[in-house]
This record gives sequence, structure tokens and C-alpha cells, in this order.
Amino acid sequence: MSNPFLIGENMTGGYGRGADILHDCTISVAKGEIAVIVGPNGAGKSTAMKAVFGMLNLHKGSVRLDGEDITKLAPQARVAKGMGFVPQTQNIFTSMTVEENLEMGAFIRTDDFSNTLSQVYDLFPILKEKRYQAAGELSGGQRQQVAVGRALMTKPKLLMLDEPTAGVSPIVMDELFDRIIEVARSGISILMVEQNARQALEIADKGYVLVQGRNRFTDSGKALLADPEVRKSFLGG
Amino acid sequence: MEFLNAFVAFSNFVIVPAIAYGSQLALGALGVTLIYGILRFSNFAHGDTMAFGAMVTILVTWWFQSMGINLGPMPTALLALPFGIAGAALLVLATDRMVYRFYRAQKAAPVILVIVSMGVMFVMNGLVRFIIGPDGQQFADGERFIISARNFKTMTGLSEGLAFRTSQAITIVTAVIVVALLFWFLNKTRTGKSMRAFSDNEDLALLSGINPERVVAYTWIIVAALATIAGVLYGLDKGFKPFTYFQLLLPIFASAIVGGLGNPLGAIAGGFVIAFSEVTVTYAYKKVLIYLLPESLEPSTLVQLLSTDYKFAVSFAILIIVLLFKPTGLFKGNTA
Amino acid sequence: MSISMRNITLFLIVGALIFGSGFVQGWNTALLILNMGLISAIMALGVNLQWGFAGLFNIGVMGFVALGGLAAVLVSMPPTTEAWAVGGLRMGIALLTGVATIVGAGNLYRRMAPGNKRTLAMIVFLIGGFLLFRFLFDPAVLAIEKVNPAGTGYLGGLGLPVLLAWPVGGLFAAGAAWVIGKTALGLRSDYLAIATLGIAEIIIAIMKNEDWLTRGVKNVVGIPRPVPYEVDLQASEAFLNRAASFGFHDPVMASTLYVKLAYAGLFAVVLVILLWLAEKALNSPWGRMMRAIRDNEIAAEAMGKDVTARHLQIFILGSAICGIAGAMMTTMDSQLTLGTYQPLRFTFLIWVMVIVGGSGNNWGAVLGGFLIWFLWVEVEPMGAKLMELITAPLNDGYWLKDHLQNSVAHMRLLTMGLILILVLRFSPKGLIPEK
Ligand SMILES: Nc1ncnc2c1ncn2[C@@H]1O[C@H](COP(=O)(O)OP(=O)(O)O)[C@@H](O)[C@H]1O
Ligand SMILES: [Mg+2]
Repeated sequence: MSNPFLIGENMTGGYGRGADILHDCTISVAKGEIAVIVGPNGAGKSTAMKAVFGMLNLHKGSVRLDGEDITKLAPQARVAKGMGFVPQTQNIFTSMTVEENLEMGAFIRTDDFSNTLSQVYDLFPILKEKRYQAAGELSGGQRQQVAVGRALMTKPKLLMLDEPTAGVSPIVMDELFDRIIEVARSGISILMVEQNARQALEIADKGYVLVQGRNRFTDSGKALLADPEVRKSFLGG
Repeated sequence: MEFLNAFVAFSNFVIVPAIAYGSQLALGALGVTLIYGILRFSNFAHGDTMAFGAMVTILVTWWFQSMGINLGPMPTALLALPFGIAGAALLVLATDRMVYRFYRAQKAAPVILVIVSMGVMFVMNGLVRFIIGPDGQQFADGERFIISARNFKTMTGLSEGLAFRTSQAITIVTAVIVVALLFWFLNKTRTGKSMRAFSDNEDLALLSGINPERVVAYTWIIVAALATIAGVLYGLDKGFKPFTYFQLLLPIFASAIVGGLGNPLGAIAGGFVIAFSEVTVTYAYKKVLIYLLPESLEPSTLVQLLSTDYKFAVSFAILIIVLLFKPTGLFKGNTA
Repeated sequence: MSISMRNITLFLIVGALIFGSGFVQGWNTALLILNMGLISAIMALGVNLQWGFAGLFNIGVMGFVALGGLAAVLVSMPPTTEAWAVGGLRMGIALLTGVATIVGAGNLYRRMAPGNKRTLAMIVFLIGGFLLFRFLFDPAVLAIEKVNPAGTGYLGGLGLPVLLAWPVGGLFAAGAAWVIGKTALGLRSDYLAIATLGIAEIIIAIMKNEDWLTRGVKNVVGIPRPVPYEVDLQASEAFLNRAASFGFHDPVMASTLYVKLAYAGLFAVVLVILLWLAEKALNSPWGRMMRAIRDNEIAAEAMGKDVTARHLQIFILGSAICGIAGAMMTTMDSQLTLGTYQPLRFTFLIWVMVIVGGSGNNWGAVLGGFLIWFLWVEVEPMGAKLMELITAPLNDGYWLKDHLQNSVAHMRLLTMGLILILVLRFSPKGLIPEK
């Protein structure tokens, strides 16, 4: 593991004063690569993402971005540092139009972001078509595109996606995966949680299997797919 | 002719007053709904914020009048309005800093904030009474009528007059301008959009780098402006008395809830629904019916569904009906 | 049921404050404060039952208090026989028609299938019922109000002992609470707040307007008392001798103090009974369940608790207590003056009492009742003294000085608000926190 772009190392912590959810959990992603976290429901995948984004109080471990320690930074400051986050739920402004959602994504930018806007529209042409429609009226797949588009508006160097394909049809899912690969090719590192483990690991440079807040398996996506134990327990044989 | 007379009487006593009253309620309800949408609590101090803004305006108006400054046929209060808005804005910003911000940081339950706003209501109420006293105050000057009943009669030859008071005209025009400005601000400006985003999804707004304290401050300033304008218009139209502003809370909240709490468009619709219901239900129709019915059927009573003292009952009944059958309001409110 | 040393001290301090006001302002004032303090404590108990036990946000206290006052009039005032003769029967039929219309409309709603037909039938039925009601009602009102308008102009009451009005006041309030609770209790807390606020305004509006029932703003005076009259005491040899033996030689003073003390005794009995009941309730399985529901409604519902029914129960009980207190207050005043019913005084002030005293704790509510009432009365003279001091450097007749001194009366609202805000901020559990 040579000098990862982002690493959450030995993270231990939970929500508020509740019990720890994460135990010594380590997640990292290298520049321009795709890292995928899989695991059963309630394993702490979303929690790990929030921990990396500073939405959780860690009492052990650290988060480093491009070598810089950002453990103490607020989420907003991490946005400014070039991290983008698409939460698992409630990841769009439902009452606002598609275009307004994207504008809000670019809120912290003081420069002209019309270029980024057209890049997002190129990536997700359907959004351009529906730009003046309220985001809440869109279909599940389109909403996820809005959510990803919103996060891309800051021109992040790292994009974190929590189950971007939840609740969308298989065709749309393939489409979304293609778009995500496209984003990665443009040099943006991607850290992603996925329910569709097999498909996600296929495109992953790196894979993490999380169980009860701990790293259970860590390897390249291909190696995990080939591992008989991972196949048996987590990929349905 | 008879029909025209009936229509004029109806316009004079129902339509025009209801539109003016509806505009005042709509402006008040907009303030309540904005606070609810952004700060997520029902602000019981809103009536007294209106009273405070109106009071500052009145004091400045008196000062202008004493110096001989006026607007000719228009009320001097319009000139004093910006000072009232500034005064109310300072008051609510200070209140937010000293009182509400603490609970925001604690992520206190909305009901706690409602109780806190009761305390603020007491303080503001006391402040207003302390400064200007509990009695009614007159501050309207300039032309009283745009069309007086007598002029209307000589102009049209009808036996019923249609009086159109300056205060009513100003109320309606101002409300239209203010609402247009507000919607332009919310829909077209960066700050306005960030307020809507914050109201829609607070967590995501934070993730987008929107500064919550800035959003809150803007909200209070806008609310102070809306409250002061509503308070001054109401005062010009019906006279200023601190206690009536407290009583306005009920129809204002009814308007906001009927329209859908948190939804600005709903607040406006709700304001007019409540105003028209109050006025039509409490109006004595005898005058109108005398023109419409043959002499033999002329009503002997006032033909008033409810006495005007029950106007609160009307807004309340509508509120309950809406809550029971459509809890999110006529327009979908923010129920999170 | 152990009261800690600290709580006893708090009660002693408030007692000493009231006692002290006796030395400074005279015993009459002190007893007045004590009596209204007792009544306030009872109201605070009622609100605490709803808010502290169950988290119900009722800001319609004023309405329930006023209903208690109505009970005092209807129970104890002598009937106006002439008014009954000219309009009583018609009024009775009118009211029955009104009730029948509402009940009938409810039945229609339940019996008929949803749709336009039902809506139409409901509207026709309601309008028809309303017209019939007004046809019967309006002449009856005219007839009743024409009978000696300066003296009566209303139906009067039943001429029964006024003490009976206290439980009846509770029943009136309970009845109103049942209607409100049935419709509004499922709503979110701030909607319930608005609904109760509205109901209270409507109750007051009705009582102010329906002169045939309450004389409206003409006030009902001379409500019979449960205690002797001062003039009778002053004429009684035995009383004067007894008073003299206690060192009171001024008959007027002795009789007024005696009357106030008698009220204090009666009120204290009611307070003790209600407090005992409230403590029993709080520590019973029922009370524990209430608090469990308050703390986590969803979990309680999942455990099979009927949250709405429990809420309705406690809402009715708390409101009934406010009704009792209202009847007691009107009894003490011997008059019903509807113009004085203001929400700031009769609803929000009670809330300040509960919050400052300690919501969820009956003793706290009682303490808050006494303390806040004491402050409500005393802030004005204290403010006046303070203002005199502050404005001393200003010249007499200077407008600011006059204004400041004349506005002292409004200091109490400001002070109450500040107290509420400060307590919520720095001691949100109140003086005697929930155990
Ligand atoms: N906001 C929260 N507060 C407290 N506990 C939470 C919260 N969100 C999730 N949890 C708990 O943390 C654990 C892990 O949840 P999560 O990270 O959402 O799992 P996953 O995303 O892997 O399905 C679960 O036991 C869940 O109940
Ligand atoms: Mg998850």
C-alpha cells in the first residue's frame, strides 16, 4: 500500500455517547482508483463513511488526506479540501430543481462554475433535460444522478458514494456503474459502499469486507472475488 | 341597478376589507412559515415582533411629523418603515444571539424552542407596553380616502357607496411588492436558494458548505422586515394596540398551517382563505339582501351568521378542519 | 415520598417572602397573595399533569379557568325566574336543536359512504340545523336579555351552595377537554398548542358575548360566598370578642383577615387533596406508564400502549383541575369579570410557574405557583421603587422621568419573560427537578 490518497486508519468510535460501532477499522483509497466497501446490513459501512467525513467522534485513529491529517476538520472544511460525499439517504434537495441542486453543490465555489455544470450535464444527459424540474419528482435512478452530480460540482479530488445504486433497476445500475468508472478515469478517487457486492468488486481496485465494524477481508477486488470464503459468506456462493 | 347596489355594498364591506386583511395575514404568516422552515419551530413571539416593529415605526413617524416631514397624501409611516424594520431586525438578531442560538447548538427539541419563544413573547410584549404603553395609538396621516363613499355615489349615481381607503390601497400594493421581492429573493439569489436548501435538507446543506448561522441571520432579518411591514399595515388600517397584535397570532398561525407550514406560497393562500372566511361569515348581509330580494321578503334581522366577536372562531374552525382532513395543509408543508 | 432538605428550604423561603410582605405591606396583602398563590398552585398542578407527566402542550388554560368561573355563576346565582319564564323553554329547545344538529351530522358522516353525496347531505343538514337553531335561539336571547338588563338580563343560576361549583367547574372543564382532546390530541405538539390557544379564545369570546348566559362584559357580581360576610362578622359580638382576645381591636381589619383566612383554609384543603392525588398518580403504574409514553411515544406504542387514550385521560384530568381552580378563583372574587381574562395572565403565567417550579414534579409546580404569583404581585411595587431610584437624578416633570415611572406597571411582563428564559437556559429542570 504505497502512500494512499485518503486513509482512515484504525478508526474506533460511534454515535454520540452510544457504544462503539467501528473497531479499529481502516479504509483507504489510492489516487484515481476505486475502493469498495461491502458487508452485511448494519456492518457499519455507512458509519465508516461518516467517520471518514468527520461526522462522527472518533476516539481512536486518524484520517489523512494526501498526507495531511484532517481528523479534526469539520465536514464543511473537508468539502473545501476536495472531498465530496453522497450520503445513503436524503442526498438531494427534493423541493429544488435539478439545476438548483447542482448550484447548491457548488455553493462554496466563488469562481465561475458553468464549466463544471456542463461537465455534469455531459456525464448525466438526463439531468440537463430535467434541469428545471423539482428533484423530488424524479425517478430513483435520476435522483441518484442528481446526488452524484451535486457532489461533483465542487470538483472534488475524492468522491465518496454510499450505496449509489440503492433502489434502482439493474439497467440503470449498470449505467450508473459506467458513469462512476468514467468519473474515476478523469482522475477522481472513489470510495464507495455497495450492496451489489459482486458487481462492485468487479470494478474495484481495492475491496473491503466489513463485519460488525471490523475489517474482515481486505484485498484487490479481483482477489476478493476469487476468495472462496468471501464468495461463500458474502457473495452468495 | 339594485343588483349593482348590492354588489357595491358587498365589495365595500366584504371584498375590499377582506383583501386588505388577507394581505396583512399573508405577510404575518410568511414570517411564521419562514421561521418554521429554517429554524424549525413555531414562533409564538411573532405577534409581538410585529408590534415591536410597528411601534418603532410609529415613534419615528411621530418624530417626522413633529419636524414637518411628510409624504403628502401618503402616510408618513411609509417613510418611517425602514427604521421600524431596522429596529425589529436588531431586536430579533439580538434575541437569536442571546437566546435561540444556545438551543440550536444543543439541537433542542422544537417544543422547547416553542416554550422559549413564549418567554421571548413576554419580554417583547413587556418592552412594547413599557415604551409606548398598552393603549391604542393613531399614526395614520395623509389622505384618508382614495375614493370616499360620497364621491363614489355622486360619480356613479348609485345609492350605495364604495369607500376605498388609502390604507387599504397601500396594504394591497405593498403586499404585492413585498411578496414579489421575497419570491425573487428566495428563487433567484444565491442566498435565497441556500435558505431554501437549508429548509429542505439541513444535513445536505451543511455538506454543501452552506453556513447555517448565515442562513439563520438572513432569515431573522427577512422575518423582521415582513413582521414590521405586516404590523404597520395592520396598524394603518385598523389602529395600533399592542394586545391586538398578540391576538393576531391565532389567525396568522391558522393561515400558515392551513397553507402548509414551511411553504411560503401556502402562507399567502392561507392568509386569504382565513381573511375571506372571517369577513364573509361575520358580515351582516341585511344591506345586500335588501337590494336583491323583493320587498315582501326583506329580512327583519341582520342576517349575520356569527357576530364579529366570533371571528377567531372562524379561523379556528377552518384550522381544525384542515388539520383533521389534510394535516400537511392545502399546499404541502414542511412536516419534518 | 420524601422531600429533601433543599426542597423544604425552598418552600420555607417562599413562605418567608409572603410572610415578609405581610410585615411590609400589611397582612391583608399577604393573605391576598397567599390565596391567589394557592389557586395558582392548583392551576400549575393541572398544567404539570399535562406537560410534566405526559408532554401535552396545552396553552388554553385560560379557557378552562373561565369555564370554572362560569360554573360558579351557574351553580350559585339565584335563577332569574322571569327570564326563565319568557325564554327558558325556547332556549332549552334551541340548545338541544344545536346539539342534535352536531350529533346528527356526525352520524351522517359515519353512516353514509364517502363521496359528493355525503358532503352535500352534510352541508344541507348542517345549514338546515343552523337555521332552525338560530330561529329558536335568537328570539329566546332577545327575550331573556330584555328582562331587567341592568340587573340581570340573563337566566341566572341554580341558587345552590357555591362550594358545589368547584367540582362542577372541574366537570365543565373536563367536558370541554374531552371535545378538544378527541379532535386535537393526535396532532403534533405545536398544532395542539395552537388548537388549545384558539379554544381558549373562543370560550372567552362566547362567554363575553352570550349575555343571556353570563351577562357578558356586564359582569356577574355578588356571587354567594362559602364564608361569612365581613359586615355580619363586624356585627357579631362573639366574633369581636374572639378577635380582641387575639389582639385585633379594629373590627374591619379583623373581619377582612378572618374572611381571607377562611378562604385560605378552604383552598389549602383542596390543594392538599389534589396534591396528594397527583403524587399518588405519579408514583402509580399509571404515572410511570405516562412518563414512559412521554419519553418515547413510539416505543410505548410498540409495546401495545394506547397512547391516544392515555393522553386523552390526562388531558381531561389536568384541564378539570384548572376548571376547579377557576371556580375557586371566581368564588373568592365573588364576581365574574370576563374582561380580565387575558392569556398572558391566565395561560402563559401558569406555564412560567410550571417551568420555573420544575416540570414533572408536583411539588415543583406548587412551589412555582406560589413563587411566581408572589413575584407577579410584587414586581410592580419593587419596580416602582427601583425606578424611583434610577430616575432620582432626573428633574421632576422631565418627560422621561414621568414616562419611566408611569410604565412601571409593564415591568412584570418583562420580568416574567426574563425569568422564564433564564430558567430554561440555566436550570431547565426547574427549582425542584423531576425525580
Ligand atoms: N445515527 C445513528 N445513531 C446511532 N446508531 C446508529 C446511527 N446510524 C446507524 N447506527 C447503528 O450503527 C450500526 C451500523 O449502521 P450502518 O453504518 O448504517 O450500517 P450499514 O451501512 O453497514 O448497513 C447499526 O447497528 C445501526 O443501528
Ligand atoms: Mg448503510
